[in-house]
Amino acid sequence: MAFNLVAIGTSLGGLSALKIVLQNLPERFITPIAIAQHRHKESDNTLSSLLQQFTGLPIHEVEDKQKILPGHVYIAPADYHLLVEAGHFSLSTDEPVSYARPSIDVLLESAADVYGSQMIAILLTGANRDGVQGLAAVKARGGVTIVQEPQTAESPILPRAAISTVQVDSILPLPCIAPYLVHLCNPAGW
Amino acid sequence: MTTELNPEDIEFQLLVEGIYCRYGYDFRNYAPASLKRRIRRFLHVEGLPTISALQDRILHDQDCIKRLLLSLTVNTTAMFRDPGFYIAFREQVVPILRTYPFIRIWHAGCSTGQEVYSMAILLQEAGIYHRCRIYGTDANEQVLQTARTGIYPYKQMQEYTRLYLKAGGQRSFSEYYTANHGSAIFHPSLREHIVFGQHNLVTDRSFNEFNVIICRNVLIYFNQTLQNQVHGLFYNSLCNFGILGLGKQETIRFTAYEGCYEALVSAEKLYRRCN
Ligand SMILES: C[S@@+](CC[C@H](N)C(=O)[O-])C[C@H]1O[C@@H](n2cnc3c(N)ncnc32)[C@H](O)[C@@H]1O
Repeated sequence: MAFNLVAIGTSLGGLSALKIVLQNLPERFITPIAIAQHRHKESDNTLSSLLQQFTGLPIHEVEDKQKILPGHVYIAPADYHLLVEAGHFSLSTDEPVSYARPSIDVLLESAADVYGSQMIAILLTGANRDGVQGLAAVKARGGVTIVQEPQTAESPILPRAAISTVQVDSILPLPCIAPYLVHLCNPAGW
Repeated sequence: MTTELNPEDIEFQLLVEGIYCRYGYDFRNYAPASLKRRIRRFLHVEGLPTISALQDRILHDQDCIKRLLLSLTVNTTAMFRDPGFYIAFREQVVPILRTYPFIRIWHAGCSTGQEVYSMAILLQEAGIYHRCRIYGTDANEQVLQTARTGIYPYKQMQEYTRLYLKAGGQRSFSEYYTANHGSAIFHPSLREHIVFGQHNLVTDRSFNEFNVIICRNVLIYFNQTLQNQVHGLFYNSLCNFGILGLGKQETIRFTAYEGCYEALVSAEKLYRRCN
């Protein structure tokens, strides 16, 4: 099974969690990754430069209609929702969802619409419920759903809410997420 | 034969076609992801089970289409939104504008007008407002009505003051408005050179030649076909060396008009028409 997209959502504690996922992915990891991380609306692109230190995969703060390319990592820009279309991204300034813009639900639901079973959705540490509905949408369309093991999360509220609402496919300790992605996206090994 | 479209996608396409045939509002080339999301939310609010049920209702119920149109357009805006844009405009664009005897500026998709008043304030502080005419347009007549009044909730002023100062504002922001019963009323002198009017970027043509066109956070709601069409409209409405300003995360790069502009301040999405 080839996947077209890995979509990751996280809020409180997300930076260090994302760091661990990204630094454990090999540079040959070709499935594109889209990330919605809650953050302040006026934050600049320090998030992407910070994360870039931990991976050789090129990281972008998405610009409207940017193409989704293999081997690239895309981050929702501050104060915009990130939405997936067929082969590219769109942005929107629709009102915040659960006080969040970017919203994880918006990213996951739009990705589920386009990629259905050909995508993987991951929820990491977080302090509210934004992302749970999105994960449910991915599950309903046959995509793979993964949640960070709440005990390994800086803030377990989001992972717990996801696990109690969605019949998720895997609950994994943080360090195991990247190796599992490699296993899913390239089972033959490199 | 089966297509790749799922039933909801088919309903979605039919709805958008239906709205166009019945009412002439053309959402056919809007970016589908955000449009779908707003339609789903509308279904939820109206208590309707499917898009087909909504189709039935909007074809026969004029009030329902009005509510739908309101909920399909996103009117988020603020004064001095993205202060860096205004700093770059002051430093890089104003010196160019100073060389013109008369300056025409078009804010396309100006929503409730905050962006237009911000520009008027900036131009006034630069000492060139008396030589300017600003056109603020939007497809949505309702938001323009607010724009024309220049009256905004007073509770927004704290945030606007902060953004004004970050944008390099030179005075005390409260000089520009009068507080009255929970509202801030912007001084009519700011509106002296502003014209607000309805203009739909999808269906209407150019109405003048401009030195500056600002269109921020509007094209993100369009797909690439429509973006190219609207960029054609902008290109043909700009004078040679005219300036185009887009939103913070928008770019000319993914459009057919990439080669027609040079970057003036690329981080703030200010471009200059170069051929
Ligand atoms: C998110 S607001 C942007 C407001 C302002 N430019 C800013 O950046 O703060 C988008 C605006 O685009 C307008 N709009 C949407 N479709 C349009 C069209 N076809 N023609 C003109 N305006 C349109 C909406 O009515 C809305 O007011």
